[in-house]
Amino acid sequence: MRIQLDFMAVLSEWPLLLTGVAWTLSLTAISVVIGTFLGTAFAWVRARGFGATLAPAWLQAFVGAYVELIRNTPFIVQLFFIFFGLPAAGVKISAEMASVIAMVINLSAYAAEIIRAGLEATPKGQMEAAQSLALNRSQTFVWVVLPPALKKVWPSLVSQIIIVMLGSSVCGQISTKELSYSADLIQSNNFRSFEAFIIVGGIYLLLSIGTRQLLNWAGAKFLFGRR
Amino acid sequence: MVDFSLWDILRNLLLASRWTIGLSLIAFIGGSTVGLLLLMLRLTKLPAVEPIVAAYVQLFQGIPLLVQLFLAYYGLGLFGINTSPWVAAGIGLTLYASAFLTEIWRGCVAAIPRGQWEASESLALSFYEQLRYIILPQAIKIAVPPTVGFLVQVIKGTALASVIGFMELTKVGKTIANATFSPFLIFSCVALMYFLLCYPVSLYAKHLERKIHVHR
Repeated sequence: MRIQLDFMAVLSEWPLLLTGVAWTLSLTAISVVIGTFLGTAFAWVRARGFGATLAPAWLQAFVGAYVELIRNTPFIVQLFFIFFGLPAAGVKISAEMASVIAMVINLSAYAAEIIRAGLEATPKGQMEAAQSLALNRSQTFVWVVLPPALKKVWPSLVSQIIIVMLGSSVCGQISTKELSYSADLIQSNNFRSFEAFIIVGGIYLLLSIGTRQLLNWAGAKFLFGRR
Repeated sequence: MVDFSLWDILRNLLLASRWTIGLSLIAFIGGSTVGLLLLMLRLTKLPAVEPIVAAYVQLFQGIPLLVQLFLAYYGLGLFGINTSPWVAAGIGLTLYASAFLTEIWRGCVAAIPRGQWEASESLALSFYEQLRYIILPQAIKIAVPPTVGFLVQVIKGTALASVIGFMELTKVGKTIANATFSPFLIFSCVALMYFLLCYPVSLYAKHLERKIHVHR
């Protein structure tokens, strides 16, 4: 059997692909910023052994349950729960909003565990040194404990960010106009399904390689470079 | 509007989770087999093999699982193979799992000190014997916790098979939600089912990990 692939039919719809890339990257960027911030807060609540946690026991238990619940359910179910479930409970949200919320929730749970591992690896001497400099608890956390912890776990965090970016392809299922949704639109225009998903797969591959390079470079250069 | 009692919903979801479990097993067994073959190929240190396996891993880790499933689904159709969701989902998830498992296991083999290879070589063991008697027994011990942990990712990954028409837990949940107009309740139940499937596995992985750290 002869198979004829027509990639030009897909590539000629480049404006759709471009829109998809833009949406995928923006969704990822927004969720990464909020998700990492939340994840750090959750890690602070959950971390033991570095002396900075002031969180009450009930909050620790709550965040612990949240992290386990999110990490043990599929992203697509979380997305459906937010997009279909919340409006039924009286909260109206757009598909894009639902996507961002789901991605933030997902990333924050994973980031919490990753960052917690970094926090717990902080030597006790660091805290004692900070105390002897008369830093209070929150100053100690922000200036002494957090930076080296983030530096230590940065590679894992970057991997998780890329997993979340690839996971955003699921958001097309609730018609957020990201990259895999573009592929779906294109194939419904010209019936070139296989080609459309090959090209979109290739774009995702480039995006994930590029994002990893960028974040590794930025991490070394701006975030955790020697000052 | 169809009337479903809570019991009807739960019973249907429980029945649907059979297919989630079945597909997870297929993906896990298939992925382990392909992953093991790739690992063996890589360990033989044949010239061109290493970059090819590395590219394979990069490819399947760098493309969303959703797109992989679509590629399997439409690709099989293009090659004239009957695209039943079972076959497409099985192949898609197997390739996805094999890439991750081969990478996890490569790390475990790399964690075995070089001296073990050298010592076994100096005992005149063949490559196969080195693997069989010296390297793999030690590597497997390290590999078990992360492999069990990855099983959770596989179970969650099967939820995406719903998009190519595979009637598993997520798809059945969505169908019932459409019929009953109570998505909040239904998706809570679906999430709960996944949690009940995954959490024991997560706990077991954590337990195994702790056990290994004690032994060191």
